[in-house]
Amino acid sequence: MSKEGIERHDYDVIVVGAGGAGLRAAIEASAAGAHTALICKSLLGKAHTVMAEGGIAAALGNVWKEDNWRVHFRDTMRGGKLLNNWRMAQLHAQEAPDRVLELEEWGALFDRTSDGLILQRDFGGHRYARLAHVGDRTGLEMIRILQQHAVHKGIDVYMECTLQRLLTDGGKIAGAFGYWRESGKFVLFGARAVVLATGGGGKAWKITSNSWEYTGDGIAMALDAGTDLIDMEMVQFHPTGMVWPPSVRGLLVTEGVRGDGGMLTNNEGKRFMFDYIPEFFRADTAENEREADAWYEDKKNNRRTPDLLPRDEVARAINTEVKAGRGTPHGGVYLDIASRRSPEFIKKRLPSMYQQFKQLADVDITTTAMEIGPTCHYFMGGVRVEPETAAATVPGLFAAGEVAAGMHGANRLGGNSLSDLLVFGRRAGAGAAAYASRTNARAVDDAQVEAAARSMLAPFDGEGTENPYALHAELQETMQRLVGIIRTEAELQQAIATLDVLGERVDRVTVEGNRQFNPGWHLALDLRSMITVSKACARSALMRQESRGGHTRDDYQKADPEWGKKNVVTRKRGGQLELATEPLPQIPEELRQLVLAEEKQPA
Amino acid sequence: MATASGVRRIGDRVERKDLWWVEPLIYVVVLGGFVVYATWASLANGNYYADPYLSPFYSPCLAQNCVHPTLPLLGSWWNLSPAILIVGSPLAFRFTCYYYRRSYYRGFFRSPPACLVPDAPKTYSGETRFPFIIQNLHRYTLYIAVLVLVVLWWDAIEAFNFHGHFGIGLGTVIMVANVLLLTGYTLGCHSARYLVGGYLDSFHKASLRFRLWTYSNRLNVRHNRWAWASLVVVGLTDLYIRLVAMGVIVDPRWIS
Amino acid sequence: MTDETRDATMSIWRGTKTGGRFETYTVPMVEGMVVLDVIHRIQALRAPDLAVRWNCKAGKCGSCSAEINGHARLLCMTRMNTFAPGEEITVSPMKTFPIIKDLVTDVSFNYEKAKEIPAFKPKPKEADGTRRMYQEDIDRVQEFHKCIECFLCQDTCHVIRDHEENKKAFAGPRFFVRLAALEMHPLDTNDRLELIRQKAGLGFCNITKCCTEVCPEDIHITDNAIIPLKERIVTEFYDPLAWVKRRVLSKGAQQPGPGEPEPPSAKA
Repeated sequence: MSKEGIERHDYDVIVVGAGGAGLRAAIEASAAGAHTALICKSLLGKAHTVMAEGGIAAALGNVWKEDNWRVHFRDTMRGGKLLNNWRMAQLHAQEAPDRVLELEEWGALFDRTSDGLILQRDFGGHRYARLAHVGDRTGLEMIRILQQHAVHKGIDVYMECTLQRLLTDGGKIAGAFGYWRESGKFVLFGARAVVLATGGGGKAWKITSNSWEYTGDGIAMALDAGTDLIDMEMVQFHPTGMVWPPSVRGLLVTEGVRGDGGMLTNNEGKRFMFDYIPEFFRADTAENEREADAWYEDKKNNRRTPDLLPRDEVARAINTEVKAGRGTPHGGVYLDIASRRSPEFIKKRLPSMYQQFKQLADVDITTTAMEIGPTCHYFMGGVRVEPETAAATVPGLFAAGEVAAGMHGANRLGGNSLSDLLVFGRRAGAGAAAYASRTNARAVDDAQVEAAARSMLAPFDGEGTENPYALHAELQETMQRLVGIIRTEAELQQAIATLDVLGERVDRVTVEGNRQFNPGWHLALDLRSMITVSKACARSALMRQESRGGHTRDDYQKADPEWGKKNVVTRKRGGQLELATEPLPQIPEELRQLVLAEEKQPA
Repeated sequence: MATASGVRRIGDRVERKDLWWVEPLIYVVVLGGFVVYATWASLANGNYYADPYLSPFYSPCLAQNCVHPTLPLLGSWWNLSPAILIVGSPLAFRFTCYYYRRSYYRGFFRSPPACLVPDAPKTYSGETRFPFIIQNLHRYTLYIAVLVLVVLWWDAIEAFNFHGHFGIGLGTVIMVANVLLLTGYTLGCHSARYLVGGYLDSFHKASLRFRLWTYSNRLNVRHNRWAWASLVVVGLTDLYIRLVAMGVIVDPRWIS
Repeated sequence: MTDETRDATMSIWRGTKTGGRFETYTVPMVEGMVVLDVIHRIQALRAPDLAVRWNCKAGKCGSCSAEINGHARLLCMTRMNTFAPGEEITVSPMKTFPIIKDLVTDVSFNYEKAKEIPAFKPKPKEADGTRRMYQEDIDRVQEFHKCIECFLCQDTCHVIRDHEENKKAFAGPRFFVRLAALEMHPLDTNDRLELIRQKAGLGFCNITKCCTEVCPEDIHITDNAIIPLKERIVTEFYDPLAWVKRRVLSKGAQQPGPGEPEPPSAKA
């Protein structure tokens, strides 16, 4: 294999993934003086961050002076059902405003308040209007600004390049190995430090808001390199995805619709969310429609509408309504903003949503209610990192964004993702650059490279009979049916058994054609990561015998305080997944009091 | 299939299945027709005034040989058609107009005839060289067009004046419609939009210019419709006055 | 909610830079499908190595640009019910860019052009340490920021589509949008007018508006970005009165105070 004359590049830091976290990490590492490369599976600027719609959560206090990092921290921890790494949540709440202002310094144009500051919008789980936004295309603004900034800083970008293995030397990171999508040729990066910013793995589910890139490569590579994963059972199902037409089922409908006044109703016209307010949020949530509607204008004297409960609560409620036969013709519920806001307001605030429904479903959301239902959206779990530097447990490996875990606990609040990308992207870039400056270049082990290359070419050998597209469909069917919003032991067991079989069958996948831009081959390789990630998810879900946030067990319906103190940790040892529970980091008492304090009841 | 530069050409066939050639053909017919008519009408040197209506092709009428001089600046030495003196300026305004440029580059120069249909000319320098570099002086034709517009408003007001008595005839209505369309076309001009405020990077401390820019913008959004409507109506105005002057038709009058 | 299936027939260009041909595929489809769904079906059922770029499948990332029946379109935003039943649909790659394989083209031209644009350079902050911009100032620029970089405008622009030699000195509509966004940004202080005229080659544009017609984000590229830039170029380089005004003003001209917008004519 080494005879091929593998293309090789050497850097201090390579950043894998060019979404918000990857770009921000690369900018920071480069600014710190590290020779940095950015490597991405798609063209630059196409990463999933562009799909983020609602905004960036940051306690700027432009709209509500009462807002500050403590309130944001409290919201984040409560939204995450206290499973969060408290230090990450604290750093995030404290630094998010600076990261947003920094984007403005680089040319971003957020919507403005009347006195010329950044306007902020309401979102689920946030006490105050907190999300800096650009209509409903905030992610596009963010990725474009970061992309342009990175280009002007002269960072080397390797586009349409998929990495498959992290290379290690004596247990420390030495580089990474992968292939060019365009030519199918191998490429090797020698690096002192690697930042993973590869996102999650939602493409293993059938109904998902995620794009094809979301195959969990980063998580699988990190696992193979020996790092710890945590909270892999915590998968967020976004409550509002499109349900019709079938080909766009799962496509995201921004929470901004509810933030800007949209309400959820069932086929009886009832605002059912008032029936699903959990005890934990009762003190913070409006009891009746009058209070809920008044809250949009007056937050001091009213409590938040239950339409804007954290995503896990809303997704479960919708699931229950549909199962009880109170759903829409296409199996969702109604999300209605048409009857509550003027067409001009809707088009100004939610232009992409207006277009999306108009063009893909022939629905005019300024006159008609949307049909929506839950869709697999976000991995709270992933690579375990140290909060200050985003370092993973393998030396030289760093992770930021969705691929990293801890920040969001059991459930992520809307808007906290974009801020997470910026805060921890920057920290990971800085951490990697600092690590690279004090370590020597490691040797690349040819045996690792050869093994990886051989495995990657196996689908061309033509001995197997499996079609990658069919296998992918089976995987998605399995995860959707057995590891969805509501889980049971029996179904999880069944899923694990099925995944084991799929794991064997994926070795028999055969692809047609040659290595040049061959989607069948790409999918065959991505499938391995998806299956690994799915296994980690299903097994973690089986282990956590309680319901918390994104993980709901029908056979353990209550949150268990004991489980609330533990992370489920996944490792790969001797080629096998090993699971264990480990205690959460201890939250300092004053922060714990802050989180548990009841909000003042309105007069 | 591959050219030397490595650019693949999937044959030269046009993949569009719609009637893409209709639009450029319309441009050729209408624009060509207008130019021919305007040239003929300007050289005709007669039948351009049917009291109290003055043809827009002959306004302002600057020579003494005018049947109805607006301002006989040029005195009596000019003995050709007085339209020749003036018809060039609105034509220049339209020729350098950003919208008409689009239309005649498509229709007459076929560069391109329609979107994703190959250019007819082999080489292309756009507006970087003579003669098209002159298009950059569009705003000067706007300045003149605004002056002419003032005169046309005067003519439109005069069209209510039937020998000192207020009156309205079909000609009055046509002349008012004509000047309204010309105003909408002129004030929505891309250069006008720029000059009234578009050149600013921040409108916050320039509220008057912001308002003017906003109004101009509103007109500019449908600049193409203003352009076509005013073109057709200005031609029809001349034709109507000409036919009345020739005695072919009698101008219906409601008040006079 | 009719779930009746009918067949879709698609003629897709298959090949690499050394050559290729149109192949016709027929696959079953269901209601609500877009062209990209049909292509995915073709991949799954007929041609697993058919190369196509796509990501979000929602018209937000601008990856799946191609030419459908000779129109520059996003594959994911072209619904199958916009075609007559049974119509054979032609799908070919963007022809302005070199082919890589099938529907995938080498769009690096665009990434190279992006590097040539001088970065955003903000003026100093307000006295209170904030940045203040007003909605009326940024509405116009936010339109430009909607660009998803699908490069359909670049594909349709005849300046480079039909005249390969112009690629050196012409940035293309996408980057005129970008340049307009920077030039009209209320905080930016960089002057790019000379670059716009020379290196970016704005004068090559003959405003035939195909870029505007194909923009999936409905950005009024020609009217709101290119023509205002042309007008700024006129003021800077071609308008004799503006030149005189600059000469007269520059003698006794005062430097604009902090926070005060610079008059554009004084930017040189």
